[in-house]
Amino acid sequence: MTRGPTWFNITSLIAGFSFLYLPIVLLVIYSFNESRLVTVWGGFSTKWYVSLLQNDQLLDAAWVTLRVAFVSASIATVLGTLAALVLVRSGRFVGRTLFSGMIFAPLVMPEVILGLSLLLLFVAMDQTRGFWTVMLAHTTFSMCYVAVVVQSRLVGFDKSMEEAAEDLGCPPVKTFFLITLPIILPGVIAGWMLAFTLSLDDLVIASFTTGPGATTLPMKIYSQVRLGVTPEINAVCTILVALVTLGVIAASIATKRQQVQRERDERAAFGAEG
Amino acid sequence: MDEEVHVAAPVKRSLGGWLLIAMPYLWLLIFFLAPFLIVFKISLSEVAIAIPPYLPTFDFSEGWETFRENLSSFSLENYIWLTEDALYWKSYLSSVIIAATSTVLTLLIGYPIAYGMARSPQSWRPTLLMLVILPFWTSFLIRVYAWIGILKNEGLLNQLLLSLGLIDEPLVILNTNIAVYIGIVYSYLPFLVLPLYASLEKLDGSLLEAAEDLGCPPWKAFWKVTLPLSIPGMIAGCFLVFIPAVGEFVIPDLLGGSDTLMIGKTLWVEFFNNRDWPVSSAVAVILLMILVIPIVLFQNQQQKMAEKNG
Repeated sequence: MTRGPTWFNITSLIAGFSFLYLPIVLLVIYSFNESRLVTVWGGFSTKWYVSLLQNDQLLDAAWVTLRVAFVSASIATVLGTLAALVLVRSGRFVGRTLFSGMIFAPLVMPEVILGLSLLLLFVAMDQTRGFWTVMLAHTTFSMCYVAVVVQSRLVGFDKSMEEAAEDLGCPPVKTFFLITLPIILPGVIAGWMLAFTLSLDDLVIASFTTGPGATTLPMKIYSQVRLGVTPEINAVCTILVALVTLGVIAASIATKRQQVQRERDERAAFGAEG
Repeated sequence: MDEEVHVAAPVKRSLGGWLLIAMPYLWLLIFFLAPFLIVFKISLSEVAIAIPPYLPTFDFSEGWETFRENLSSFSLENYIWLTEDALYWKSYLSSVIIAATSTVLTLLIGYPIAYGMARSPQSWRPTLLMLVILPFWTSFLIRVYAWIGILKNEGLLNQLLLSLGLIDEPLVILNTNIAVYIGIVYSYLPFLVLPLYASLEKLDGSLLEAAEDLGCPPWKAFWKVTLPLSIPGMIAGCFLVFIPAVGEFVIPDLLGGSDTLMIGKTLWVEFFNNRDWPVSSAVAVILLMILVIPIVLFQNQQQKMAEKNG
């Protein structure tokens, strides 16, 4: 569709995006509220951010969450990228339907089911629950998201460069690292970031699979939210929102820049040939 | 030399290829498929006051006899219990109804947004797309939490309406099903807008021009051309909202009231408060059976779309 927007289109866009953003904006504004009453504006203050820094339990939970997210996102990115390669490149093999089913099902599977089933697995394996079990659980569902993101990058991929490298005798593993990976890298990075934030966010699966001493930040936030809305929680949420927003914007700028660079290089290469 | 490479390559590749397949495959078999079998197994066992709180049903280490003995103690008791206590089937039913209603609401709100995005100038689109994706990256829990402050009796929405003189008494929205609808629509809107936008964007503008040249009024062109061609996107989006919404826990727990029945919440309470693992496993098995049909339909549709695009 290429025709211009009508007034109706513009109105629905404005209304739609206000609906999406207003709650978050209000939450951020009220994190700077002087008053303890969340809904009464008592003047600008950063005291809730200061009191956060003294809340050791919250900081501990944040540290656990960051470590879980980092490790699980990294493993999930490797597994998810492999899974995407399998989905796009391996053609037909025995059990392919089951494989793609296992990749796509976790994307829509209710979290309570994933959490319960993983917990029962860890109990059956006689695993002590804690950091590692949450990490394994997060790796499992986020690798599927990585696979989908990388897959979409692989589908629109010009295979001729890989074929050229292989015809010239480059071994497959080397071809992968020298040619395939650089091209799909934006997808891989996006996949890692998605896996990281999914792990950072997750409440349900972490609640099922965690053990003593490994309380994550969402679990901490959840238990406080149940007691009521507080400006402190608003402050934690604001920090998280700010981090994620900065990360996404930085990544998209980096991707764009890399793309421009690549296009320039390709043009230069073709120019040299001609 | 050349010959050698060509002979050697396929053998080497197929070994590497199998390794490539094996790694993610095994991971998913162990951490995704096997757990479901365990859930099914435990749903057939009895609750016990022990750690873990159920009687073991499979234990090969104690020999074949014990195993057979255990096998005979397998029972459908938990499933019978689910049919006897009205709480469960009511939870399933109301989850499906709430999820379906929210899906329709999300579609009604999401369609104009996706349509507006597809009609906007090419230069706006990356920004608009980014704006839809960004909330998806911010924490689900935070976005649900944000609504509590808005919907409370003394919350921002009521303050606004009272000060405008539109209402005399605060509206009770939080802890009702209305709040749950708002929460689901809000949280899942990006999931619907993205596939819908993707299918609207690909729509060939010349079809609409042709319709207009032939004297078709714009609303009719929309009805006869745009809407039918966006059906694949609509279906994909609706599945992405409906399936996870059925098992939703955070939204009914934080925004819903004590009379909001949703199966995700029931399962959570059964597991964490009543510590009845076998019954919560049975609840999960039935929920999975309900969701298998939409999940399979969704995957078939995705496959078809992928084949069409590829």
